[in-house]
Amino acid sequence: MNRIEKVFQNLQKNNQKAFVPYIMAGDGGIDSLKEKITFLEKAGATAIEIGIPFSDPVADGPVIQQAGIRALKEGTTLKDVVAAVAEIRPIVHIPLLFMTYTNPMMAYGFEQFIKDIEASGIDGLIVPDMPIEQEELIVPYLEEAHIELIRLVTLQSPLSRIEEIAKRGKGFVYAVTVNGITGARSSFKEELGAHLKKVKELSPIPVLAGFGISFPDQVEEMITYCDGVIVGSKMIELFDKGDLQSIVDLIDASKIRASQL
Amino acid sequence: MTATTIYPDDKGQFGIYGGRYVPETLMQAILQLEAEYKKALADPAFQTELNTLLTDYVGRETPLYFAENLTNYAGGAKIYLKREDLNHTGAHKINNSLGQALLTKRMGKKKVVAETGAGQHGVATATACALLNLDCIIFMGEEDIKRQQLNVFRMEMLGAKVVGVNSGSSTLKDAVNEALRYWVTNVEDTHYILGSAMGPHPFPMMVRDFQSVIGKETKEQFQHKEGKLPDAVVACIGGGSNSIGMFYPFINDESVRLYGVEAAGLGLDTDKHAASLTKGTPGVLHGALMYLLQDEHGQIQEAHSISAGLDYPGIGPEHCYLKEIGRVNYDSITDDEALSALQLLCKTEGIIPALESAHAIAYALKLAPTMNKQESMVICLSGRGDKDVDAVRARLGGAN
Repeated sequence: MNRIEKVFQNLQKNNQKAFVPYIMAGDGGIDSLKEKITFLEKAGATAIEIGIPFSDPVADGPVIQQAGIRALKEGTTLKDVVAAVAEIRPIVHIPLLFMTYTNPMMAYGFEQFIKDIEASGIDGLIVPDMPIEQEELIVPYLEEAHIELIRLVTLQSPLSRIEEIAKRGKGFVYAVTVNGITGARSSFKEELGAHLKKVKELSPIPVLAGFGISFPDQVEEMITYCDGVIVGSKMIELFDKGDLQSIVDLIDASKIRASQL
Repeated sequence: MTATTIYPDDKGQFGIYGGRYVPETLMQAILQLEAEYKKALADPAFQTELNTLLTDYVGRETPLYFAENLTNYAGGAKIYLKREDLNHTGAHKINNSLGQALLTKRMGKKKVVAETGAGQHGVATATACALLNLDCIIFMGEEDIKRQQLNVFRMEMLGAKVVGVNSGSSTLKDAVNEALRYWVTNVEDTHYILGSAMGPHPFPMMVRDFQSVIGKETKEQFQHKEGKLPDAVVACIGGGSNSIGMFYPFINDESVRLYGVEAAGLGLDTDKHAASLTKGTPGVLHGALMYLLQDEHGQIQEAHSISAGLDYPGIGPEHCYLKEIGRVNYDSITDDEALSALQLLCKTEGIIPALESAHAIAYALKLAPTMNKQESMVICLSGRGDKDVDAVRARLGGAN
């Protein structure tokens, strides 16, 4: 069984919610990637989503765009990131996922890329510009490597499509909380709660909410509708500021509330 | 191997190229767009409305002009110019903008977003939106805003809001990124009028179809004037919309040699060019698999051309396919060659071409002497050069 499936089984058994932080590989240098991973595991992250920097990230807002630019300026390449993950994997127990746009994978070679990330110990892959219509480019290799493809559903996806997307995976469904790109939001649409509950109903696997979640009270609210949250832009901002306490507070928000649910 | 007109396939692919590589939030919008477009194609009322506008508002059909002086200068094949520069707003872009603006209304959307490089597509879209009472927001790279001040003012006069983009190279590629991000955020009430034959399916097909009026008219006009098909057809390529619109009706006429001309900038041996097909490799950007200027790690590189409209590191997927099957010959022209051709056309024919179109002229000037006098070629003169006067003056140091 894939590490992601195992972790979620345990969470469910213990009636706990997931917290998945997103960090940009190479932002602050490749060595800081390992430091951030160990810190986040210790702080109680369920899994970690590692962003691969790309020159043209159309699904991302200014914070992640800037983090990507910083990482590229550091000379970060996909090969470096794969190597760094391989190095740290033996001492990290939680699932590690890559979030990458299609093009860096394609330039690497889809088959070789998936072989190499399997060897490095990556458990899941998120590709924000690859809808289910194009995923056969990588799915056969992923299946062979037992790496989970984490698919996105959005406020725009019709119910039939949400059902189709959810039934394809074994890891979790990434429910996008906004019409838009990544980045902090002060509020969400009123119908979001109902939408997330609907996705939960339709999905045979856990549902995590992501995009724009930035504050502990938002974390607490989101986990009443689904199985956990993904926090990206805010995480990058907090690491950039060196505000580690706020990161701990965000993660704790998912624990406190879950125990009361 | 012969191309057929059945492309793209039902996945929106031309061979392996094209497809729909977009965030999930946009999937519903592009599937809806495809469905609505198919309905519009089959709806005589839509076709009549579009054709009436093209005739009475745009001024179609545009002339097919025998450029006798240019022919004599080049010394070879007879050269005809398809005068897309004489369209309302000064370029071929309006053919597509009007078609998509009508579709926007059909879909019940009230707002439009678009990107622009040289500003021609922005002006055309702002124009169509003014006519059809749609709100219009245009993203344009800061670098292009500097190069094309006049077009920025034109768009604003037409009621559009122009938003400067200063990410990446601050040119067309980055304007497309921002327009896509805006669309993802405002997809419920906004349509994205993409300006070239690129992006996710159905855009490359739809833009091609709206631009095919160029090739269809050319074919009929040429038949009328010469009683045959032309031997060669030449068009410039940035994203590839005027060229695919010109080529498409000739694809199955195997005797017609088709030439697509990319921007070689400072030269193909430098890293300052926009020759994606000649020097690029396949990759995914802006929703489609296509040839891209990119480094070995898949990071997109900046394109360069003296012409803001060709300054794009990718190329429409159908062109990638046409290159692969060898139906179209793709070559390139440098900044300097384009600039000389622009000046030459001014002096020989009294026509100021856009810097984009000057690339096609420059290539035709090389091609014509290799052909005999009984042969003929058509150059797509995709736009007029008024917008480039400042840039050309700066480049020529105020001389001339």
